[in-house]
Amino acid sequence: MSNRQTIDARNTFCPGPMMELIAALKQSEIGDEVEVLSSDKGSANDIPAWTKKVGHQVVSAEEHADHWAIVVKKMK
Amino acid sequence: MGTRILILGSGLGGTIVANGLARRMPAELRAGDVTITVLGATPKHMYQPGLLYVPFGRAREQELFREERTILDRRINFQVDPAAQIDVDNNRVTGKSGKVYEYDYLVIATGSRLAPESIPGLKEGAHQFYDLEGARKLRDALQAFNGGKIVVNVNAPHKCPVAPVEMTLMLDEHLRSRGLTDKFEITYTYPIGRLHSLEPVAQWAVPEFDRRRIKTQTFFNTASVDPEQKTITSEEGDTLPYDLLITIPPHRGAQVIEDSGLGKMGWVPTNPKTLKREGSDNVFVIGDTTSIPISKAGSTAHFEADTVIENITLLVQEGRWSRDYDGKVFCFIETGMNSGTYVWFNYHTPPKPTPPTQMVHWFKLAYNRMYWLSACGLL
Repeated sequence: MSNRQTIDARNTFCPGPMMELIAALKQSEIGDEVEVLSSDKGSANDIPAWTKKVGHQVVSAEEHADHWAIVVKKMK
Repeated sequence: MGTRILILGSGLGGTIVANGLARRMPAELRAGDVTITVLGATPKHMYQPGLLYVPFGRAREQELFREERTILDRRINFQVDPAAQIDVDNNRVTGKSGKVYEYDYLVIATGSRLAPESIPGLKEGAHQFYDLEGARKLRDALQAFNGGKIVVNVNAPHKCPVAPVEMTLMLDEHLRSRGLTDKFEITYTYPIGRLHSLEPVAQWAVPEFDRRRIKTQTFFNTASVDPEQKTITSEEGDTLPYDLLITIPPHRGAQVIEDSGLGKMGWVPTNPKTLKREGSDNVFVIGDTTSIPISKAGSTAHFEADTVIENITLLVQEGRWSRDYDGKVFCFIETGMNSGTYVWFNYHTPPKPTPPTQMVHWFKLAYNRMYWLSACGLL
């Protein structure tokens, strides 16, 4: 059964949302989902681009008032 | 029976907490109302940032070590008996020796460890400088290096976030000073789409790397290393050849954390403000051990330790909370052999590094000596 974990990386500057996502995916099983909350616009753009390039799946990417919520599914 | 404070780990965080508590509760310690015990893995304390200088022959190894017993306040009970099992439900820790330590307050500061074995070929094919043995081997490799392709490879998660940039710039300067200009090529790889997770540092690094003709490969998460063919390949599908590979390996938390069921990969879920373990009211977590999405760095451990000292002291003395951790992190950044800058930030203030100067480099060199005052709780 797949799991979902949420990383609240809003207003964190180092290592930042995308590094946290990469680290979280390493500790996840295939099929698990990681939700990243990010207030960093750069990460909000980079995360979907990287996810597709590396072969994982963007489940959803929503823009809220002060942050983005991006859910990534580990595919390999 | 008095209040028993047990601290796991005798690195910077654990040592500062122990000394800070001892300094704030002298009367309680004298009366036996409070006891402070530290469980460490080794009798020696190492100044980890000093490892950056070892590969370049710029640090004497004995300068990096002191006896932990000489750093700790004499009223602290120090045991070289690393935790083997942490039972937060019953407020007890079993040491590697089999001895059981019961506590009223627990501080987990067991740090992180290198995990190069998690990437096929990385341990066999790459050098690293994040422990003394690795730094020594890299020093030997650099002495024997007379030209070729060098890859500086960064993996997530890792501690000391600016060390890879520092290593790259110092390496470039070191090789040029050896007369190898035009005989070597450095490629720096980074997991995300810029050169450093701190955006201002990444922006500053671009022209600096360009000026030095250091090549870069972003979005590079290491999948494997082939030590025979001397190539490194990323999850993203890129392969780079190398003559010398220097890696910052991915890190994990302490094995005891995983063995005790306290957190995946050894990171303990921790409240970012109270620094309490999620689900516990008397267990604090600091330094690399936490799951908090901020830098794993000595300064983080230091500022977190200051918060925990204040809170445990007031809980013991007055039964009330003192203050929350504000997320403060401070890092020196060596930008070469003779210049440096610094950066600080917290949960509310973004980082704004200043232009590098020789003065900041001297401050960093001075701090290399003053570190021991920090550990003693005096700075």
